[in-house]
Amino acid sequence: MIRFEGVTKRYADASGADDGAGSLAVDDLTLEAPTGKITVLVGPSGCGKTTTLRMVNRMITPTSGTISIDGKDTASLDVAELRRGIGYVIQHAGLFPHRTVLDNVTTVPRLLGTDKRTARARAMELIERVGLDPAMARRYPAQLSGGQQQRVGVARALAADPPVMLMDEPFSAVDPVVREQLQNEFLRLQSELGKTILFVTHDIDEAVKLGDQVAVLRVGGVLAQLDSPAKLLADPVDDFVAGFVGRDRGYRALSFAAAPELSLTDEPTVRLGARADDVRAVGTPWVLCVDDDREPLGWVRAAAVETEVTRTLLHRGGTVASVSGSLRALLDAALSSPSGRGVVAGDDGRLVGTIRAAEVIPAIEARRDSTTEEATAR
Amino acid sequence: MTWALDHLGDILARAAQHAWLAGLPLVLGLVIAVPLGWLAARQPRLRAVLLTTTGLLYTIPSLALFILLPPLLGTKILDSINVIIAMTVYTVALLTRTVADGLSSVDGSTRQAAVAMGYGAFARFRAVDLPLAVPVIAAGLRVAAVSNVSIVSVASLIGISQLGYFLTDGYARSYPTEVWVGIVACLLLALVFDLVIQVASRVLTPWTRAVAA
Ligand SMILES: Nc1ncnc2c1ncn2[C@@H]1O[C@H](COP(=O)(O)OP(=O)(O)O)[C@@H](O)[C@H]1O
Ligand SMILES: [Mg+2]
Repeated sequence: MIRFEGVTKRYADASGADDGAGSLAVDDLTLEAPTGKITVLVGPSGCGKTTTLRMVNRMITPTSGTISIDGKDTASLDVAELRRGIGYVIQHAGLFPHRTVLDNVTTVPRLLGTDKRTARARAMELIERVGLDPAMARRYPAQLSGGQQQRVGVARALAADPPVMLMDEPFSAVDPVVREQLQNEFLRLQSELGKTILFVTHDIDEAVKLGDQVAVLRVGGVLAQLDSPAKLLADPVDDFVAGFVGRDRGYRALSFAAAPELSLTDEPTVRLGARADDVRAVGTPWVLCVDDDREPLGWVRAAAVETEVTRTLLHRGGTVASVSGSLRALLDAALSSPSGRGVVAGDDGRLVGTIRAAEVIPAIEARRDSTTEEATAR
Repeated sequence: MTWALDHLGDILARAAQHAWLAGLPLVLGLVIAVPLGWLAARQPRLRAVLLTTTGLLYTIPSLALFILLPPLLGTKILDSINVIIAMTVYTVALLTRTVADGLSSVDGSTRQAAVAMGYGAFARFRAVDLPLAVPVIAAGLRVAAVSNVSIVSVASLIGISQLGYFLTDGYARSYPTEVWVGIVACLLLALVFDLVIQVASRVLTPWTRAVAA
């Protein structure tokens, strides 16, 4: 557990005069990042996120207050030892350009005195674990894409198996598709490793996606709200937080609501190559096409089929919700479907049935009633 | 050409002497400039002082330095140690800024990562900043090498044996061939230095050639 207690950081003015008039970057922050969980610090640029993070590994010294890890005041520890026990990942990875991927990853274990062979063996394991081809181990950072470099950055931070990880906008500099991949793999990795993570981002969507709890900071370094992502979206404490979490927060909050057991409608299906007559015989304007394993492929408009169903005729707009997914995914599947019937697949990817938006809404309403009761009961 | 062949032994001996007088200071100068450059890169105030001082040193005319050093150091005027020291001063003057620039050119996020991984100031310098500064330092060293080879030839005016002798002697005897031999030999020597530095730099920086495989 990382614990901030009344931590304040005041930077000296440009004049250097420490007359107390310098700018407050972090203001009396008290916060706990629980062991094995991801705590996200989110807020607009300049609100003190990086400063907060760097005070943990003492790259920045707090003006006042204490920071402890598992009850030990970090100020009392040897600084090099403290840092080697904390993984640190930053926006542009900060890899050593003159060292191969493998040697980048072995850095901290080697500093800690692990012998080369052991360090390398473990590094190879990590390189694969973060989703890199082992052949990349011998490359230099300049030979990797931004996303790959970021993976190496994560592997390097994990190399000495530190209990604590600090991550400063690690996925901000890569394109959205790669970012989503990195986020998903990060969550998978964390579910296996269970590190105590302090994660900084300016992106509220990333914050609610990754965080077990989210701390929203406002400019001036004041903690505005600390809550679970669902609570944050459902119940922002003030206008600042409400504005920051964004407009469609009601809809986004549904991401955190697991889909209840709903009765799905059996959907008649056709296969690729089905003849026009058979498609029209189904009797609905849109017909669902599945593959041989009954995995949904897309909707086809019966009137558009001249001879048989081909891939080019398939409508690709509809999303597929998983039975174990969220209410948001379920509603989205219904809303994005050209037939108005949302496609629901099992965990094995096979079609289970369809559902209409009007059938999802009652589940959402029922959930609202139960969470309100819960809130009043508290 | 025949003159050069006839005097080949003499030319080679003087070339070796020239290489020693220009080359040793290059090594000594680098050894001194690296810690100075490190200090300059760490301390903005020190940087101003160090770079101004070393910059001024370079403006002292070489002949003056060759003549001023013996009384200062208590050496004999014909002692080649004077030239070695003078050339070392010039090398330090040229390289301190280069080293400082090279060390501070390391990317901010790379440096931050090194600090966060628990590298102390010296360990970081040795393991990260210095290796990354090699291409910049090598470039500075190439300039210093050429500069040294050319300045050393002036030492023939105070009677120290090296390739510059052919320039002064050829001029005194109005024998252009000899002057040309001196010039070409200096040029070749500078090229050899340049080559050695480039090869060393390449060997030390395999990563600079590893671009987008
Ligand atoms: N070294 C510094 N000296 C003076 N002010 C700084 C320094 N670093 C950051 N600040 C100021 O402190 C505030 C918080 O900065 P930072 O922690 O980097 O914010 P964030 O990471 O949330 O964008 C900003 O107003 C910034 O200008
Ligand atoms: Mg920041």
